[in-house]
Amino acid sequence: MESVELIYKAIYILVIFGLTLLIATYSTYAERKVAAFIQDRVGPNRAGPFGLLQPIADAGKMFFKEEFIPAKSNRLLFIIGPGVAMIVACMSSAVIPFGDTLIIDGRTIYLQAIEVNIGMLYIFGVVSLGVYGLMIGGWASNNKFSLLGAIRAASQNISYELAMGLSIIAILMMTGSLSLREIAAQQEGFNWNIWYQPLGFIIFLTCAFAETNRTPFDLPECETELIGGYHTEYSSMKLGLYLFAEYINIFVASAVISTLYFGAYNFPFMENLRSAISDPVLANNVVTLLGVGVMFAKIFFFIFFFMWVRWTLPRFRYDQLMKLGWQILIPLSILNVILTGGGILLFDRVKDYLF
Amino acid sequence: MEPLSNRSKKLEKKEMTFSERMYLPAIFQGLSITIKHFFRKKATVQYPEQTRERSSVWRGLHVLKRDDEGRERCTACGLCAVACPAEAITMTAGERKVGEEHLYREEKYAVTYEVNMLRCIFCGLCEEACPKAAIFLQDDKIAPARYERDEFIYGKDRLVEPLKTTETK
Repeated sequence: MESVELIYKAIYILVIFGLTLLIATYSTYAERKVAAFIQDRVGPNRAGPFGLLQPIADAGKMFFKEEFIPAKSNRLLFIIGPGVAMIVACMSSAVIPFGDTLIIDGRTIYLQAIEVNIGMLYIFGVVSLGVYGLMIGGWASNNKFSLLGAIRAASQNISYELAMGLSIIAILMMTGSLSLREIAAQQEGFNWNIWYQPLGFIIFLTCAFAETNRTPFDLPECETELIGGYHTEYSSMKLGLYLFAEYINIFVASAVISTLYFGAYNFPFMENLRSAISDPVLANNVVTLLGVGVMFAKIFFFIFFFMWVRWTLPRFRYDQLMKLGWQILIPLSILNVILTGGGILLFDRVKDYLF
Repeated sequence: MEPLSNRSKKLEKKEMTFSERMYLPAIFQGLSITIKHFFRKKATVQYPEQTRERSSVWRGLHVLKRDDEGRERCTACGLCAVACPAEAITMTAGERKVGEEHLYREEKYAVTYEVNMLRCIFCGLCEEACPKAAIFLQDDKIAPARYERDEFIYGKDRLVEPLKTTETK
């Protein structure tokens, strides 16, 4: 790669990294606002206009709180735990295509940090690494509640990853590619995957909730049973990092859902817009930038949806959670795979007759 | 077992229908309820900037009134202290001296007059008992929170209506 391209890439990665952190920061604010609005309250509105400085005040508070490490804990792992959770959460946004190509000075730039042909697999791998953060933290705390929370987190994530993977397979059968850029590009215009995979989408959404440890599946941090779950013993910014990692995970999960099922940066009539502008370079850039906006709108909607569900549904019981994962979602996703396979076969036959 | 009355209701546990077992319709119902609340008018009153509207007969902080010429109305008769169910009011009476006619209306006046706001239940009986229309409960002021208990004993310095100066008259 040329040095100029490297610089472009570096800038882009920095921007994405900063955006991820910014969105995660303001997700905490949005969470409190959404919670308040749903409960007929106003929410934080004292720090800055509309309370917009609230996340910064929260972070400042977190930094100044007492840093407590339990006496009999494994100090090294105790410190590594939140770090792992945070790093892993930040890593996964690397392969998400936030937009198509921009043309600057005759150079084509893909709005994606790294293009790997196994993008989806990369996300799966990184997300499942996230369990280590929780597991290490919970175990190193040397506390029964933390350990129970960590075990719950681990078993929950493993159970739901299966159903998640199976629901993805149906998408992969249709697109024939694991690359997220490829999957996004195939959903040109309004040809989104959700029209072909409604069942797969519901399964994936449910699993995404479980993977990010959000209500109704937030059993790892269930206060009534486990105090704070794996972060019972954590305080100060270490706790902050765990909570922050959760919000980054929500952002990434929303981005993946929009990429896989809701056409990523594609929006209806984008081809009409592209042909309406005479200059091809300008047309391309305009469509791409609009696409980036659309992508983020989709992501924000799903972040909102995560919060909306959190303040609607009560928590599952642990046996119900396991039953839902193993006895309902996995058979359903296998059924979905079979149906998709049948559909593809049938479509091929019909296509031969028609065309 | 023989039922004690005929009022007991037989409950049958119905088998859940397919849509109920599917769980999703119920979830959508719940989501629609919460989104309705999302756009509803909020109940919050932004306290220090806004105050909740009080009724016109609201009984708030006491005030010792002056008459038209700026003289204190209170004659320290003690009827308010007698009427007070919480025994929050104490006072000591004094005789008006020559040359103090512009300060006190009657020959007898209250040298000290204290209301303990921690004891007071804001019932308004002192206001009803007063024959001189000297004590009233205001409808726009409340006894605010303070750090020390003795700060809640309001003396004449905080109870007597401030003298109207010529500008504000």
